[in-house]
Amino acid sequence: MPTRLQRSGVSLLIGTMKGFFILRGGTARRSWKLDEPQFFGAVIEHTIQDPRNPACLMMGARTGHMGPTVYRSFDYGCTWQEAEKPPAFRKAKKKEKGQAVEAVFQMTPGHADFPDDWWATTIPFGIFRSRDGGHTWKGLKGFNESKSLKKWGGGGFPPPGGPFTHSLLIDPRDAQHMYVALSVAGMFETTDGGKKWSPVNEGSKACFLPNPDVKFGQDPHCAIMHPADPDRLYQQSHCGVYRMDRPEGVWKRIGLRMPKSVGDIGFAIVPHPRDKDTVWVFPMDGTDVWPRTSPKAKPAAYVTRDGGRTWQRQDNGLPGRHAYFTVLRHAMATDSEPKAGVYFGTTSGEVYGSRDEGKTWSCLARHLPRILSIEVMAQS
Amino acid sequence: MEASGGTVGEVMKDLDHRFPGIRFRIVDEQDRIRRHVNMTVGERRVKKLKERVPGTGTLFILGALSGG
Repeated sequence: MPTRLQRSGVSLLIGTMKGFFILRGGTARRSWKLDEPQFFGAVIEHTIQDPRNPACLMMGARTGHMGPTVYRSFDYGCTWQEAEKPPAFRKAKKKEKGQAVEAVFQMTPGHADFPDDWWATTIPFGIFRSRDGGHTWKGLKGFNESKSLKKWGGGGFPPPGGPFTHSLLIDPRDAQHMYVALSVAGMFETTDGGKKWSPVNEGSKACFLPNPDVKFGQDPHCAIMHPADPDRLYQQSHCGVYRMDRPEGVWKRIGLRMPKSVGDIGFAIVPHPRDKDTVWVFPMDGTDVWPRTSPKAKPAAYVTRDGGRTWQRQDNGLPGRHAYFTVLRHAMATDSEPKAGVYFGTTSGEVYGSRDEGKTWSCLARHLPRILSIEVMAQS
Repeated sequence: MEASGGTVGEVMKDLDHRFPGIRFRIVDEQDRIRRHVNMTVGERRVKKLKERVPGTGTLFILGALSGG
């Protein structure tokens, strides 16, 4: 049974192929304790804390054979309620090919001005909104039924897991202004709350297409709007690490400054909580047949502290050889402590953490199922 | 459990009335039985909600688990 004690400090919300785990690090973040699993056996895609109401968590989940759904907690993950109306596409009209949500892939808290607003992004391409704290969900018509969406998605090749919708980024200055990333289709932007979307891919490559310089068809793996500056975006894509500064709006491949022997292919990218020039990535082997494990089986995070001009390798405490895991796109996170913590989970079921901004790492948990996502939960 | 209805879909509707949300976990938003869910009426495999069920019988719903 999950603990019912509300503990202060930093915890990690861990979504895995076989359940949900909370790993508690307290205020010191020195010793970590793993709660008993919840939703044991279910696929937990992503769980995130609501910054507007910290006791509230939102989870996208499914089982191996049943349909996808959303669970909500209002007590820091001690107890959960299932959504009454989970994300679902509208029923198809006659002669129309209907879509079904396969996975609720990522949950995003809404804008601070709308405390009951939540967003869910799905496989296949779909954006859903809840205006009642996650109880009921409705498709975003301007996106889900956009004729352009078929064109955008048809430009690339869907990845093996299906077409992923992820990285819904909401401008804290303007709730109508959002970005979304589609894998494979590229990044898109709306300035009217989601009625109309347009590509924002200038400068980013679709290196797997005959013509890599296309308006859409790129494969962003993970994109972030930096919490310290909403005009600063970063993207870890299938074809490198990029940075974009608005209003200019052109992606620049900052990953080219990383060592050539490592490359700049990966899934995750996470920001420093306060410094807009600092982000972490976790490179993987994107050569040959794309093993997607760490280059030369020597895992390391890479950090830039100057917006991508230079990068430093961070592997102190990580396995020095023969480590063949992958860090998936939602499986890396940072906390907001004065000395920021950095955490990642592996497809081999280990959780690593650093409480000194990546200088040293330690293994916080092992032998978990394949880790799909990690988010930080803060309790005061 | 007991449920009523003349078709698979009607039985699912009755179940959902009594156990809200159960239908969506078994049947998707396009009224298709989910890919990894198998249903039989007695020993006869059924694939669509419009298929008829007898006045008295057993609708068997199986989550087809596979993989590791």
